[in-house]
Amino acid sequence: MTAAIDIDAVSKRYGSLQALGGVSFEIPAGSFFGLLGPNGAGKSTLISIIAGLVRKDAGAMRVMGHDTVSAYRQARQNLGVVPQELVYDPFFTIEEMLHIQAGYFGQRGADVQGWINELLRALDLEGKRDAKLRALSGGMKRRVLIAQALVHKPPVVILDEPTAGVDVELRRALWHFTRRLHNEGHTIVLTTHYLEEAEALCDRIAILDHGQVRALEDKSTMLGRHPYRFVRIKTSGQGQLSGPLEALVSSHGEAGSGDIEFRLHKDKDRIGDVLDGVREAGFRLEDIRMREPSLEDVFVEMTGGEA
Amino acid sequence: MNRVGFVTLLRKEIRRFMKVVGQTVTSPVITSVLYLVVFGQVLKGRVEVYEGVSYLAFLIPGLMMMSVIQNSFANTSSSVTQSKINGNLVFLLLAPLSIFEIFAAFVLAAVLRGALVASCLYAVGWLFVPLPIAQPLHLLAMLFLSSACLAALGMIAGILADKFEHLAAFQNYFIMPFSFLSGVFYSIHSLPEFWAGLSHFNPFFYMIDGFRLGFFGVADAPGALSLGVVGGFLMLVSGICLGLLHTGYKLRP
Repeated sequence: MTAAIDIDAVSKRYGSLQALGGVSFEIPAGSFFGLLGPNGAGKSTLISIIAGLVRKDAGAMRVMGHDTVSAYRQARQNLGVVPQELVYDPFFTIEEMLHIQAGYFGQRGADVQGWINELLRALDLEGKRDAKLRALSGGMKRRVLIAQALVHKPPVVILDEPTAGVDVELRRALWHFTRRLHNEGHTIVLTTHYLEEAEALCDRIAILDHGQVRALEDKSTMLGRHPYRFVRIKTSGQGQLSGPLEALVSSHGEAGSGDIEFRLHKDKDRIGDVLDGVREAGFRLEDIRMREPSLEDVFVEMTGGEA
Repeated sequence: MNRVGFVTLLRKEIRRFMKVVGQTVTSPVITSVLYLVVFGQVLKGRVEVYEGVSYLAFLIPGLMMMSVIQNSFANTSSSVTQSKINGNLVFLLLAPLSIFEIFAAFVLAAVLRGALVASCLYAVGWLFVPLPIAQPLHLLAMLFLSSACLAALGMIAGILADKFEHLAAFQNYFIMPFSFLSGVFYSIHSLPEFWAGLSHFNPFFYMIDGFRLGFFGVADAPGALSLGVVGGFLMLVSGICLGLLHTGYKLRP
């Protein structure tokens, strides 16, 4: 099966900064792929190279089997990119912009009009087709960018932090729309700072850090490989945890809530010992909840930082 | 070739300047007509021109070509710079268009704007003085080549400029002086020998002089020389522009 995107030993340097250091991996066709990493990890550089917006120093990149340099027309024809910034052409209306973008990709006529109507409907932009973008809210502009990326019906869609700075309602709507695209057969590549977003949507994840791939796995494997689980205990009364038990505490709840969360190694730490220890420390147990590791836990574990 | 993509970009660039036609066409025509009225009256009889050609008739082709020069340059330079600063250039860079298709669409749109301004000025000029065309093919060739030169130069400026200030500097310190000092208002034969000789190193002089030849059948320099110099200049600036697009300088870092 052809990879939707094949990245082969790609390097990029900006002056003294090595943005990408020989990155190689494949994004399988039909996957919902999450590209994660802290700020400066090289995500945007990688996406820009795939899209042809930035030149790589070395390596090769293919989109649906087409080299992004030697067969750039076919590679770009297969790719739709939703840029991170809310950019727009101030001269044209939404519908005009969509026709122009379709035309760049060699598409025009009645079919294009039908598809544009469908996109405007799906993204709730029908009433705004004659509006210029400067008059729209940030959320609306984001939807237009998505419509522009999809107007030539690319099989591979890259969304570069599509939900950054949008409200919860729009975020949910965009999640719904991207899921629909994925179900219709599109390969989706998502970069995001919201790890719960990647966890909810993606089936395969790559974590980039300092221009290198730190992890590349199916989401379930990645989460399953995490050696810890979390136990949140609601306590009452006063007590003093012993030193070894205190070392297992991953977080405390709000002051006065009595919530303590322990991070337990799946093989080494036993939950019964923790419960006994809490009781012996003088606390009463009010409630116990178990939590499996989230993508954020895995991410922090691998990068030692925050998204 | 991505023919539909090329035509779409060309049409988009034309629509871009037509959406602000008051600023891109009407305004330069009015400015040129003011030049025509003021300089036509003030310099009438004071500047030596060709035999049998009134100063007003002499002035009109010069003003037409000066407008072509300034507007062709303005069209590409402002479009590229604005797209870069707004960030919407990304939509073009993502498209499956070759650098030559992008270059040709931008240049042709600018040529059309230049031709439109020149045509309007020509029509208004007839109100002042009849201006028959002696060599229409030569005139059209000069119009196209000159306009394309400045369009390519505008693209180069647009690529190099990081802000509108840079563009204004390019326009004020290069385009304006060279176009004004190229024989718009006078025949270089009326200049002292040194300045007349220096004018032959200004490519804008050949644009204006060759364009005038199309109207009157006479000019300061031979027609073939004007065509050759402007054609050569077009090849040079096109080569530089395509080179910049090929390397992705300031566009695809």
